[in-house]
Amino acid sequence: MIAVAEIPIAVPAVRKAGNWLLVATVILLSVWVLLPIYLLTVNALSSPEEVTAFPKRFFPSFDIGSLSFFINFAGVGRALWNSVLVATLTMILSIGFGAPAGYALSRFDFPGKGTFRFLVLMTRAFPLPLLALPLAVMFIRTGLDDTAIGLALVHTTLALPFAVLITFSLFSGIPVELEEAAWTLGCTRLQAFRKVILPLALPGMAASAVFAFTISWNEVFAAAVLTIENRTLTAFLLQSLGESPLYLKFAGGAALVIPALIFIFAVRKYLFAMWGIANR
Amino acid sequence: MHGKALPYLLLMPATLFLCVFFLYPFALVAFEAFTRDGGFTLDNFRTMAGNWKFPVAFWNTILLAAIVVPIQLVMALLMATVVSRLETGRGAALYIFAIPLGISDLAAGLIWLAIFDQSGFLNTLLSNLGLVDRPVMFLGYQSKLTIFVAVVLAEIWRATAIMMVILVAGMGLIPREYHEAAEVFGASPWKRFVKITLPLLRPSLQTAIILRVILAFEVFAVVAALGGTNLPVLMGETYNWQFSLQDRNVAAAFALLILAISVGLTLFFLRVLRVPKEARI
Repeated sequence: MIAVAEIPIAVPAVRKAGNWLLVATVILLSVWVLLPIYLLTVNALSSPEEVTAFPKRFFPSFDIGSLSFFINFAGVGRALWNSVLVATLTMILSIGFGAPAGYALSRFDFPGKGTFRFLVLMTRAFPLPLLALPLAVMFIRTGLDDTAIGLALVHTTLALPFAVLITFSLFSGIPVELEEAAWTLGCTRLQAFRKVILPLALPGMAASAVFAFTISWNEVFAAAVLTIENRTLTAFLLQSLGESPLYLKFAGGAALVIPALIFIFAVRKYLFAMWGIANR
Repeated sequence: MHGKALPYLLLMPATLFLCVFFLYPFALVAFEAFTRDGGFTLDNFRTMAGNWKFPVAFWNTILLAAIVVPIQLVMALLMATVVSRLETGRGAALYIFAIPLGISDLAAGLIWLAIFDQSGFLNTLLSNLGLVDRPVMFLGYQSKLTIFVAVVLAEIWRATAIMMVILVAGMGLIPREYHEAAEVFGASPWKRFVKITLPLLRPSLQTAIILRVILAFEVFAVVAALGGTNLPVLMGETYNWQFSLQDRNVAAAFALLILAISVGLTLFFLRVLRVPKEARI
C-alpha cells in the first residue's frame, strides 16, 4: 500500500530530473556540433590580419577581407564553377540511371532482382574513391581525363546506390492501385507514370538529387586524383594546403560548408527515410 | 506487350554503369597491383611494404579506426536515444546533429585546423585562462600525439552523424509495445535499453558499423588538413604514390590492401552481428 501511494509523488520527480538531464545532453551535443562551425565562420568573416593574429577574438569583425581574397585568388572562381558543374552532372546521371532502376525494383518481380540489389549493396562495402586510380588511365585513353564529365562519372558510382535505394522506397510508398486506375482510364504505362506517379514522387526525387549533389560537392580523393587543370574546389583546396595562407584555407572551408548546411536543411525531412531504407 | 522485358530495360542503364565504373575498375586495380611492365609480379606489394612509411601509415590507420569507431558508436547511440526521447524540438535537434553529414572531410579538417592551429582558438582559450604563456605548436612535425588527437576529434565530430541517422531510423522501427511492456514489468530505462533497444537495433548497428569502419579506412582529407604529411595514413600514402612518386602500380597495391581490409571487416561484422531471418522485425 505504501509503495502504491508513493509512486505518484516519486515518478514526477524522477521524470523532472530525467528531463533536465535530457535537455542538458541535447544542448551539450548541439554545442559540440555547432561550436566548431561557428569558429570557422568567425575566421572566414575576419580580415586576413585578424586570422593570423594572436590571441584571437571569439566574435567575427564582419570584415570581408578573407573572403574577397579567396574569391579573387587565381583559380578559385574556376574551381567553384567546376565543383558546381561536376555536382550537377552527378545529380543528373545518378537520378537518370537510378530512378528507372528504383521503379523497376518497386513494381516488378523478376529473376535477377536479387542479384541487382546485391550489386547495389555491394558498392557500400568498398571504398569507392579508390576506383579513381585505375579509371585515371582509362580516362586518358578515352579522352575523359581532367574533364568534368569524367569526374562526374566516378562521383556517380558514389551517388547511384543511394539514388536507387531512395527512389525504390519512394515508388514503393505510392500505391500501385493509383497507376492501375490510370491504365484503366486509358493511360499508357508511360503516361500513367508521368501524370500520376511522377508528381507524387517528385519531392523525394528532388531530395535524393540534392543528396547526390552534396556527395559530389564534398568528395576530395577522386577529385584530386582525376583533375589537374579543371580542379574542383575540394581538389584545389587540398592541393594548395601546403602553400596557401591560413585565411585562404578558412575562407575556402567556409565556402565548402555553407552550401552543405543548406543542402542538409533542404533534405532534412528525407534524411532518415533515406538511411532507414538503406538498412534493409 | 514487352511486360517481361520492361524491368530489365529499366535496370539496364544502372547495371551497365555499375559494370563499367564499379566492377571493371576493380578488376583493373587488382591487375595493376599484380603486374609491372606487363608481367605478373609481387614487387609492387614488396615496394609498398618495404617503404619506411608503410608500417607507420598502416598502424596509424588501424589505431585511428580502433579509437574513433567505438567512441562514435557510443555517441551515436546517445544522440539517437536523446532524440527519440525528446518531445519538443525533436526536428531541430535532429537537424543539428545531422549537420556534419553534409560536411566534406576536407572542410571538417579545416574547421578543426581553426581550433588547433598555433594562432587558433584553443591556444587563445588557453592563454586567456592563463594556462600557457605563448601559443603551443599543436600541429608541428614534433607533436605527432596532438596531431593524432586533433584528427580523432575531427573524425568523431564529422562522422558520428552518419551512424546516428542510421540508428534513429532503426529505433523508429522498434514497436513501442515492447518498451511499454517492459515498463509495466518494472524494467529500468537502462535495462530497457540493454534488453530491448540494443538487441532489436542489431541490423541497424550492423549497417552503421560497417559503413563507418569502411569510411574510417578512407580517412584522408582530415589528416591532410591537420597533419600534412606528419601523420601518414594508408589513403594518403596511396595518393602520394600516385602523384608525388608517380608509381601507379604501387598505388594500386595500396588500394588493393585498403579494399581487402574493408571487405574483410565487412564480412566480419556481417557474421558477428548476424540477425537470423526469424528474429527480424
